Amino acid sequence: MSDTMERSKTIALRVLRYRPASDTEPVFETYQVPYSDDMSVLQALQSIKDLQDGTLSFRWSCRMAICGSCGMMINGEPKLACNTFVRDLGPAATIEPLQNFPIERDLVVTVGDFVRKIESIYPYIVPKVPRSIEEGAYLQTPAQMAAYESFSDCINCMLCYAACPQFGANPDFIGPGAMALLQRYNGDSRDGGQQMRMDQIAGEDGVWSCTAVGICSEVCPKQVDPANAVNQNKSKSALDFFLRLLPGGSGS
Amino acid sequence: MEHFDVDILILGAGGAGLRAAIAAASVAPEMSIALVSKVYPMRSHTVAAEGGSAGVLQSHDTLNDHFNDTVSGGDWLCEQDVVEYFVERCTPEMVQLEHWGCPWSRKPDGHINVRAFGGMKIERTWFAADRSGFHILHTLFQTSTKFASIRRFDEYFCVDLLVEDGRAAGAVMLCLATGEFTAIHARSMVIATGGAGRVFRQNTNGGIVTGDGMALAYRHGVPLRDMEFVQYHPTCMPGTGILFTEACRGEGGFLRNKDGYRYLEDYGLGPPEDVPRNKFMELGPRDRLSQAFWHEQRKGRCVSTPQGDAVLLDLRHLGAAKIKERLPLIRELAEQFMGIDPATTAIPVRPAVHYTMGGILVDGRTESPLAGLFAAGECSSVGIHGANRLGSNSLAELSVFGRLAGEQAVAFARSADPVRRSGAAEAAAAKALALLSQKGGERHAVLRAEMGATMEKGCGIYRLGPEMRATCDTLAELKRRFAAVSLDDKSRAWNTDWVTAIELGFQLDVSEAMAHSALARTESRGAHQRLDGFEQRDDVHFLRHSLAYYRGDAAPEIGYGPVKITKSQPAQRAYGALGEQVEAAHV
Repeated sequence: MSDTMERSKTIALRVLRYRPASDTEPVFETYQVPYSDDMSVLQALQSIKDLQDGTLSFRWSCRMAICGSCGMMINGEPKLACNTFVRDLGPAATIEPLQNFPIERDLVVTVGDFVRKIESIYPYIVPKVPRSIEEGAYLQTPAQMAAYESFSDCINCMLCYAACPQFGANPDFIGPGAMALLQRYNGDSRDGGQQMRMDQIAGEDGVWSCTAVGICSEVCPKQVDPANAVNQNKSKSALDFFLRLLPGGSGS
Repeated sequence: MEHFDVDILILGAGGAGLRAAIAAASVAPEMSIALVSKVYPMRSHTVAAEGGSAGVLQSHDTLNDHFNDTVSGGDWLCEQDVVEYFVERCTPEMVQLEHWGCPWSRKPDGHINVRAFGGMKIERTWFAADRSGFHILHTLFQTSTKFASIRRFDEYFCVDLLVEDGRAAGAVMLCLATGEFTAIHARSMVIATGGAGRVFRQNTNGGIVTGDGMALAYRHGVPLRDMEFVQYHPTCMPGTGILFTEACRGEGGFLRNKDGYRYLEDYGLGPPEDVPRNKFMELGPRDRLSQAFWHEQRKGRCVSTPQGDAVLLDLRHLGAAKIKERLPLIRELAEQFMGIDPATTAIPVRPAVHYTMGGILVDGRTESPLAGLFAAGECSSVGIHGANRLGSNSLAELSVFGRLAGEQAVAFARSADPVRRSGAAEAAAAKALALLSQKGGERHAVLRAEMGATMEKGCGIYRLGPEMRATCDTLAELKRRFAAVSLDDKSRAWNTDWVTAIELGFQLDVSEAMAHSALARTESRGAHQRLDGFEQRDDVHFLRHSLAYYRGDAAPEIGYGPVKITKSQPAQRAYGALGEQVEAAHV
């Protein structure tokens, strides 16, 4: 919270509220929030909760865009509240829960389905060549790291799912974030689990559901580029399909 | 109320809790494990650790050097046998994380790279750019999904422990989504709930770092050890306290005052060189650097920012390419939050509370005095940090001791009888529910702000007896007022008003343990520095661990326990040129 800076300006924050015990449907509530130029949207919400209305619920923790908790729609765009600043929003702004997810309460949406998708792609190293601790670390050249490193930067904030029209239309679509994580392991020189993950890629809710809109990469706050992960797996899945057709072929 | 029976209950699913769960599931696949967290595991605060994790790797480095750096860094208030155990196991644990996929930064030949860190004589900090904790946490979380015996309870908030017949027997959880209670009964338990830095106003910690596990164990009679030792990290964003990793200096960054002068030279850390030598200048330990800031501020040599005084973290000479490769998160934070490109402009920084050296009393095998209860990570006091933790020892700690706690919990559960089930779970739930209907008109947000302010005033970088006394009095008053808190929100589902109020109750107990332990320690050591006639270290009276015992509404009782010395006799703690002389005299 900005403690010493004077809050000389005021923004009207129109926040979508939904309290399951008392609301039949989501309704907007507007709060006047004094702000200073260094105040984030998260700090504005905290100030509402602390000083005006303790019933407003939202998730947050790290305040520095690494824990992935505070994704929400800010003026219609999926953003992290902690690194979006009130000064950039104008005299009024609209805050809503992440699009495409069921609302549990106020700005809190259901995360469990996304986490199950992550769990479904075997998100761990299946050693290509098992190695004991005594044998030490695997060698991995900078070029080998570059093949997967950006995909390992995903903070699971789900902004890409909120932006993805395919996920909006089909909630079973594996989606950009889980596909980036899948590629993070498939692209790792230590991993030999590619074949295990093929069903998640090529199944009916896999990469082919993606229509290459590419907005997932645009909204990603960490430049993970999930669209690139999806594309790489489309190529891989197509190759796998043709290899299976070859005599004696069982895929790549 | 829903009841579950498991073999092992782990509270907290950050680095230590996940490592414990994986260890338990690996050695005892037949055992059922409940892994409980008030957030999804990848939100845990391990995620925010930046710089890296210690483990001897280079051929000219030795376990003995890591031991000596850690013990002298802790101003000799370390359990030396535990430190020996620790330094031996750091590197195998780092290799284990590598095998699980942690993307440690490499040298061009593909081998693991290590970087310099404060107070470490030789470079031994494994790093994944400046997102080391993030990568460790995600690697552990993702790896944990392999184990079918780990049942997660994500977004379940623990309101109380169950203790039956003098033995830890489980815990009572509030399911955040529904507001309903769940009891988990277990043969053994691990607490791995992290630190308590949020009790201070300006801190680097996430909102979840509220000392829950410390307070829960404390309320059930387990002492909190060495709670007066709270680490100020010297380079944080003014106002928010967001962290700029020590790796900024490990990679060669400078600290300058408003005149551009590298002021650390004036505080026994010189001489300055173009590339800071290990254990000199910017690579001194965190307590000394934060103390130097305090003096610079009083000398009027700080720059002014809208958020108060600051010094300058100068990375310009590293160049844009190196900053982008080694410190990408720092670059992003400076640009997004402060509008600064660190390649062209020095970053204003100041100290903020970062880490609690003390915690739940456990022995060197992570076992607490309460039978069946183990603890690991920042919530625990296993004895390796002493009066000041060295950067990169905490990520190593959560790996080494998280694993040990998981294995120990298995061993205990194997030999333990099933636990008794009384009505304690229902009573704990009723107590938590009572807060919903409590009347009195106090807003807990107001109390929280007053707690943060009084902790900063009385238990800051330098401490004075009367100010600590005043902080103790204020905390007692805040505890009284806490009984008159009334909530805006009386509903059950996702009632974060309720949860943060319960957290405040935990925080008030933990901050009381800190303030009273600080007041009672009439010496200066490590992160506990006094200016009221107790400026020196006093080994005769205080080469002892403090132990804070919970006394309900009354002030905590402070006792002391012995410090285990094995091979390093307490000596003068010095850095810079003087440190070199002291070390030469001992060889």
